[in-house]
Amino acid sequence: MDGARKAAEGEILAVEGVSLAFGGVRALSEVGFRVARGELFAIIGPNGAGKTSMLNCISGRYRPQSGTVRFKGDDVTHLSPNHRAAIGIGRTFQNLALFGHMTVLDNIMVGRHHLLRSNLLSGALYWLGGAQKEELAHRRDVEEIIDFLEIQHVRKATAGTLSYGLRKRVELARAVALKPDLILLDEPMAGMNLEEKEDMARYIVDLNEEWGMTVVMIEHDMGVVMDISHRVMVLDFGRKIAEGLPAEVMAHPQVRSAYLGVTDDAEAAPEPAPGVT
Amino acid sequence: MDWALLLQLVVNGLIVGALYGVVAMCFVLIYKASQVVNFAQGEFVLIGAWVCWFFLTKYQIPFVWGFLLTLAFMVAFGVLVQIVVLRPMIGEPVISVIMVTIGLSIVFQATMKWAFGVFAQPFPPIFAQESVTVLGLEVRTVYLVSLFVSLGIMGGFAYFFKATRMGLAMRATAFDQQVAQSLGISIRTVFAMAWAISAAVSAVAGVVVGVVNGVSSALSFIGIKVFPAVILGGLDSIVGGVLGGVIIGLLENLAHFVDSQWLHWGNMIEIAPFWVLIVILMIKPYGLFGTRDIERV
Repeated sequence: MDGARKAAEGEILAVEGVSLAFGGVRALSEVGFRVARGELFAIIGPNGAGKTSMLNCISGRYRPQSGTVRFKGDDVTHLSPNHRAAIGIGRTFQNLALFGHMTVLDNIMVGRHHLLRSNLLSGALYWLGGAQKEELAHRRDVEEIIDFLEIQHVRKATAGTLSYGLRKRVELARAVALKPDLILLDEPMAGMNLEEKEDMARYIVDLNEEWGMTVVMIEHDMGVVMDISHRVMVLDFGRKIAEGLPAEVMAHPQVRSAYLGVTDDAEAAPEPAPGVT
Repeated sequence: MDWALLLQLVVNGLIVGALYGVVAMCFVLIYKASQVVNFAQGEFVLIGAWVCWFFLTKYQIPFVWGFLLTLAFMVAFGVLVQIVVLRPMIGEPVISVIMVTIGLSIVFQATMKWAFGVFAQPFPPIFAQESVTVLGLEVRTVYLVSLFVSLGIMGGFAYFFKATRMGLAMRATAFDQQVAQSLGISIRTVFAMAWAISAAVSAVAGVVVGVVNGVSSALSFIGIKVFPAVILGGLDSIVGGVLGGVIIGLLENLAHFVDSQWLHWGNMIEIAPFWVLIVILMIKPYGLFGTRDIERV
């Protein structure tokens, strides 16, 4: 706990007491955690544990019934999703959500939306209004992202025609195009083969280390989570049951029983520990 | 065979068809962006024509200014309708939204009749020359201008969707609203803009037809003719709307020709488009360019 407090200054995301219910179903109960700037933070938990709901509360798709979400110190709990994207929260989706009929390039350009200044009028006065110059600058940034994610060869292709792994990469590229400070990844490696997973893990680490983006990701592949994440939070039935370094978390008895299905002999200490760090 | 009449009707068909195409585009724009089937599209055409007529005859201002004022008015009007009437309907069943737009169309019709009367009013003369000669054919200036205006609008639409920030945002929103929002696109702005553009561009069509035929409630017939056009072209395809419009325009004039030469059934020009509507719905419900809904089970 004190570790998180100490980092209050370099803290980019602070979630406090977030509860979310759909009718009688409690998706999240009093979940709180903090993510420091530059961290690679993973959320794990069994299916239906509320991981995606948590991500949706951060990105603004859901509004929690109680609790607050602070981003860079500001309360963003009541901001619309597009507003949050504009201030630097990018995300990808669990089920591929590319614009299937558009080209890869157009998909990524949509991610630049809030960075493009020109409005309808200057767009109409294309050459006079500087819109062209602006677009060229953006195209350079976009090319850099395309290079980084190694999707040069498909940039003109229609997004819907690509293979699954490539589409996942294009979706990541689109989220990166926002130039977010915080990027939320919902199962970036689901359904990938080993090689694709390794590539994706490398991209995520590079995004974090070289591009300086804070990453919050949901991932089921424990090997990857243990390898690349700095800290891990475990959710189960909408409650936080553990948070800490990957190794610490995995050693936690409640996590072992809830998540890995291992009924340890050491279950002699089943006290609920919402604040375990 | 009356070749002169045939030629005349083909030219008519192309010009009227281009106008249908323009209004069909406006209809598709709203449908694509906000998933609203707008039964009041024809009334946008009508209101645009009346407002322009009002500026020109009441205040005697030059046509260009009157026209620009009309566009400005229609932009504001489109945004207003979206915000006041349709925004609260977000999330309501499709049928309710359709009923609301039908209601709007009736209210607008009645309001226009109340404000401007039921008789057709001619526009003041706009062009110094009534007609020009093109390739030996005598063509009315208005028709020629209207054709160019239509083509200009279509080019503008194509450019807007391909190359501008808002155009891209609109395509993204049409595809998936939630994803668009996660990328920083304001859905409200996109919806308002779609309605604004749709209303203003429809008004252009209204002014053109008004200049040719005079302004009266009959103008909103374009809103009805738009349905065969968009069904033929595909409800969610801008290109389809344009093409559907031109085809319907040509078709109704050719039907008129066949009827006047041989069949003598009468009124084919009114009815033929709706035969097309029915046939298309039976054999190719997604139209020429529409996207099929893919259902994943």
